[in-house]
Amino acid sequence: MASPAECKVGLRFEKVDKRYGTVYALRNLTLTIAPGECVALAGRNGSGKTTLLRIAANLTRPTRGSLSFSESTENQNPHTGFVAHATMVYDELTAEENLLFFAKLLGVTKRKERVAELLFEVGLGERKDSLVRTFSRGMRQRVAIARALLANPSLLLFDEPATGLDPEATTWLIGRLRTLRDSGCTIVMSLHGESEVARLATRAVRLEAGSVVADTRAGTTFQSVLSFTGS
Amino acid sequence: MAKRVVLCAAAVLLVIAAAYASFFIAPEERTMGDLQRIFYFHVSCAWAGLTAFLIGFASNLLYVWKRNEKYDWLGVTCAEVGVAFTTIVLISGPIWAKPAWGIYWTWDARLTSTFVLWLLYISYLLLRTLVEEPNRRALLSALFGIFAFIDVPIVFGAIRWWRTQHPAPVIMGGPNSGLAPGMRPTFYFAVLAMHLFMWFLISERYALEKLRGEVEVLRREAEAS
Amino acid sequence: MGLLSNAAALLGKEVRTEFRSRELLSTTIVFVLIVVVLFSFTFDPTTNESHRFGPGLLWLAFLFAASLMLQPCFLREQTNDTLSALRLAVSDPFAIFLAKIGANTLFLLLTELLMLPVFAALFNVNFRGQLPGILLTFLLGSLGISTAGTALAAISAQARMRELLLPLLLLPLLAPILVASTEVTVGLMSADPAMQWKGIGFLAVFDVVFLTALWLFGEYLLEE
Repeated sequence: MASPAECKVGLRFEKVDKRYGTVYALRNLTLTIAPGECVALAGRNGSGKTTLLRIAANLTRPTRGSLSFSESTENQNPHTGFVAHATMVYDELTAEENLLFFAKLLGVTKRKERVAELLFEVGLGERKDSLVRTFSRGMRQRVAIARALLANPSLLLFDEPATGLDPEATTWLIGRLRTLRDSGCTIVMSLHGESEVARLATRAVRLEAGSVVADTRAGTTFQSVLSFTGS
Repeated sequence: MAKRVVLCAAAVLLVIAAAYASFFIAPEERTMGDLQRIFYFHVSCAWAGLTAFLIGFASNLLYVWKRNEKYDWLGVTCAEVGVAFTTIVLISGPIWAKPAWGIYWTWDARLTSTFVLWLLYISYLLLRTLVEEPNRRALLSALFGIFAFIDVPIVFGAIRWWRTQHPAPVIMGGPNSGLAPGMRPTFYFAVLAMHLFMWFLISERYALEKLRGEVEVLRREAEAS
Repeated sequence: MGLLSNAAALLGKEVRTEFRSRELLSTTIVFVLIVVVLFSFTFDPTTNESHRFGPGLLWLAFLFAASLMLQPCFLREQTNDTLSALRLAVSDPFAIFLAKIGANTLFLLLTELLMLPVFAALFNVNFRGQLPGILLTFLLGSLGISTAGTALAAISAQARMRELLLPLLLLPLLAPILVASTEVTVGLMSADPAMQWKGIGFLAVFDVVFLTALWLFGEYLLEE
């Protein structure tokens, strides 16, 4: 399996609308994310961050407009890792069983080793045989992150990744994201405002009412894009 | 507007003409006499209903492919019109059966299959009331519509086989009983009249659904600004 | 990973999960038992007539049980949005359906096979020697019920009143299965047992048609 550096994924949202009945979650959104960028997505609740991420993950189609991917490698099918609000793991299976199952579906080679490695990394090595049902919110989030990292993704989509994590786990997450970013993985993460995680970003974009209203690429400072003032 | 009036007038006139023909022009049937005349009405409604469902099936497929809401409007229109015609079939059957056989329902293969068909499309309409978001509703009902329609031939086939295992009075002549030549012109005329009436109902109902859709767009734009 | 290996992995997980708790199987079996017993109060189950009514009631009980048992299949995937995780992990969304159809068919078959001796005892029916025929009927019938049922469960999971909606959508659709399975089973359990191949034919046609339809349209059923 190729390391993320070999597959660089770029995304291009072209005039994307996403409508639910009379409500526009995204409106005429145009955004290009270059391969290897680490983008912090800021905005209030309901500004369209989750919808944007779900479209990028190919879980929802745009009502209008298009999303295209550019891959600067010919032979790989780049994997996407997605961490959402919901944990996306089975409560009735153990942490290890969950990861082994998804690793099998994804076709991860040397499953057992990879799963053991990831479980140890997220600090759940001791609890690998416990049912996810018994886990705290923070522990479930760690399983979710491990699940997203299983297949060495070239594109990582995070919806508020540090939710529920204690300071120690947050520090680990920041370190891990930094390594991924430096190895060429494209990362898009939605955040609620300025936070430690935001400091990893090479670019910040602010959404409001489904459209891009501020972008550090256009010259705005990180602070003003990420903060709540001035909206 | 003129077009609608012309279509309405033509459809109504043709139906009245077909009724006249079935009562006064068509020859009297040997065994059942005047009672048999309901046949022209009963069978032509059945065919019109099936045609409506067929058009609905096509628009369901088109919606899943193109996602244009017009096909959703046409889909629900055809389902409602089809159910209307099928209801007439289910009511006219017993009206005929009681004087002819002494019982209202004989579990005749075609009538029973029509009953299942009716239930399937009633379920389709019920499904639509239970999904609020318009795009979701359109997609889910189009998919159910597709499953329902492909089931129809299997339903008819299986029930016909079932009836050969347990024969019962057949309501309007079995599938092999031909139509007497004298009756054919009236019959085909009735079929034509009913299809024209079906077309009229579909275009009116579609126009209503289109208006509703346009109101939605306006409301959307009003809420947006 | 290919379609079949994905489906196999998913099927393995579904079966393993169910056998851990056995809640679906146990409730379904008890439900069928209750329905059969209640049905028997509506006529005299000891006369010869029961040989004619019995199989029909048995299949009706299976249909009702299935329309309840198939509900959790997609509702379970909604609790933690594991459906999205599956959609992201598999190469072909049809694998998700294949696996769930396989699991549901298996659970239905197990229920039916457990009910068979009970039914034979309660209605004094002898089916010895006809077991292969009965197994074939159960298999094709259950496959049809599961295929249509899994597809419609995906639909009803996204609507309101889903507990009532699934039976409402499913039962009319399964009319051919009820008709054909009953006729074949009656034929096999009669005093002069005979195999009704035409009925088997209808079951097979239903299965193929709906599996194909699901293969063509399945991904749209999972769309958000």
